[in-house]
Amino acid sequence: MTQQAEPAVTIPPASGPKETDGRTAQRSLALRLLARPEVGVFLGAVAVFVFFLIAAPAVRSGSSMATVLYQSSTIGIMALPVALLMIGGEFDLSSGVVVITSALTASMLSYQLTMNVWMGVIVALVVSLAIGAFNGWMMVRTGLPSFLVTLGTFLILQGVNLAVTKLITNNVATDDISTMDGFDQAKKVFASSFDVGGVQVKITIVWWLVFAAIATWVLLRTKYGNWIFAVGGNQDSARAVGVPVTFTKITLFMTVGFGAWFIGMHQLFSFNTVQSGEGVGQELIYIAAAVIGGCLLTGGYGSAIGPVFGAFMFGMVQQGIVYAGWNPDWFKAFLGVMLLGATLINLWVRRTATRR
Amino acid sequence: MKRTPLPRSRRIAPAVAVAAAAALTLAGCSSGSGGKKAEESGAAASAGKANTPRMTIAMVTHAPSGDTFWDTIRKGAEAAAAKDNVKLIYSNDETAGDQANLVQNAIDQKVDGIAVTLAKPDAMKAVVAKAEKAGIPVVGFNAGLSDWKKQGLLSFFGQDESVSGQALGTKLNTTGAKHTLCVIQAQGDVNLEERCAGVKKTFSGKTDILYVNGTDMPSVKSTITAKLTQDKSIDEVVTLGAPFALTAAQSASEAGSKAKVATFDLNKDLISGIEKGSIQFAVDQQPYLQGYLAVDSLWLYKTNGNYSGGGEQPILTGPAFVDKSNVDAVAKFAAKGTR
Repeated sequence: MTQQAEPAVTIPPASGPKETDGRTAQRSLALRLLARPEVGVFLGAVAVFVFFLIAAPAVRSGSSMATVLYQSSTIGIMALPVALLMIGGEFDLSSGVVVITSALTASMLSYQLTMNVWMGVIVALVVSLAIGAFNGWMMVRTGLPSFLVTLGTFLILQGVNLAVTKLITNNVATDDISTMDGFDQAKKVFASSFDVGGVQVKITIVWWLVFAAIATWVLLRTKYGNWIFAVGGNQDSARAVGVPVTFTKITLFMTVGFGAWFIGMHQLFSFNTVQSGEGVGQELIYIAAAVIGGCLLTGGYGSAIGPVFGAFMFGMVQQGIVYAGWNPDWFKAFLGVMLLGATLINLWVRRTATRR
Repeated sequence: MKRTPLPRSRRIAPAVAVAAAAALTLAGCSSGSGGKKAEESGAAASAGKANTPRMTIAMVTHAPSGDTFWDTIRKGAEAAAAKDNVKLIYSNDETAGDQANLVQNAIDQKVDGIAVTLAKPDAMKAVVAKAEKAGIPVVGFNAGLSDWKKQGLLSFFGQDESVSGQALGTKLNTTGAKHTLCVIQAQGDVNLEERCAGVKKTFSGKTDILYVNGTDMPSVKSTITAKLTQDKSIDEVVTLGAPFALTAAQSASEAGSKAKVATFDLNKDLISGIEKGSIQFAVDQQPYLQGYLAVDSLWLYKTNGNYSGGGEQPILTGPAFVDKSNVDAVAKFAAKGTR
């Protein structure tokens, strides 16, 4: 695994001066390992995991781990595209409410027109991708920072979610679609669970790992992955060497739309109805998971596997506090400390590893 | 790889094609069960219309947007407004300071009456006094039981959160529950904390409190599951809102816990939960009634000088219990989203 920020490692030629300067020296394995964006968070995740294994006996059972992983997966599936987008140098504040927009679209469309729920699911996908495309297109077209564009989308969608739901259903929550055709099928895809040695494992965990594998492959083995690093590192030089910056950025935003659709469908098919006011604030959790996972807010650096550990840390801390039976008043404070700590460690590790 | 950006029309074309394809397939994909077609269409409560002069009443709440409970309050208010020939201006903001600004906004519009929630009484004090000074009658509802009189409000419609919590605790004593988990979906909300405190006060067994993140349902579910796994002695989960009760029931079955679920507040999905037995009972504070009475009382005051509660006592709209024995009577109203 490599990433753009890692300097090329070259072996000094046998003849000639033995050491020229630090730039071409062979660095030790430990240093090279440390330079990877996911190492800091991996160590952090292991530490948190071991810590709760000791502090909270209830964590040790298989079903507890399944719950922790389930919680992590609902954050992690979104943290992946959010991380890719962040490596590409942008971020998306609308990702939390798009989840709800997507779920509302699927639910209301199939209910109001009394259609097979799969129709709703497909239209919701189109809507989610369109929102992502809009974000990307708007940003590229106007040159506005992604903060501003997606803040706009965030507010628009918050209002639209509420107003349209109220207009169509006359309530602020959608109607129960669990008796409709296709529901059971869709539930199998998005919200089912299966048995592994007596432990109920949620299917989102599988999807999460599958998506992480795909994202890793795309990032490290494809031309598109290089484009992501390039546009996040330096947009102008990327454009100068022929990277399709516009295409890359718009598709990255659409990837976030895809993630939002998936989690939206998960929520819809596991809870049957959706309240239109939900989802606000989640965007920051996704961004935090990506940052803890070693992605820089400034772009051009990060990995897809890092956010997996980042999301796991979130899930582990959130549920670990409950399993330990501690006072949950402190949860947010704990999370904040963890976020700052992880970011500082990442920063420090990267500096030490790439300096010499 | 050379990639020249597609001309604009060609980029839009695929999207149009997808939309068209989707539209074409719609006809062949209708659902044979559920959906709008299966929904009973019931007319909303209607009691004719008053011929009194048109007046304007502002309702200002601390509600978060998109919450089913508050939507029911608003529906009650709208029903009363329609009947009383009242133009209703509804506004809401969770932040105390912004809610106070909304009351100021109503004063500026010279409305004929204001119905307000006092979730953060101190923050609302100055602006409520201003309204009264401007000669606008103010009634309180839902939140503010301990402060409405001090601030000179005409009447108050709501439940005593502590009293209804205590009623729920007392009811649990008769069901044989030993260890209760009270789930709070918004940390630091005074009303919600009071409910759980009320339960704790009268319930003879042990009461634990659990905070969950109410805007993220998967997280609510896994947190309750975690708690039920951690503490197997919990045999009752009390939630403070209908959507959370339904989620808690899922959590209990996933955690392999025998815990039953009781809740505050209703919605139509919860009704079917009670019918099916996955929810034990609900304490209903009748939000529709709160919204309705708040508006109606202002109308009565303006047209006939009446003081609901005599200006001395609050009008309690809850706690009313809904369980298997009386759920049928409530179901048809809940289906319309008014109960």
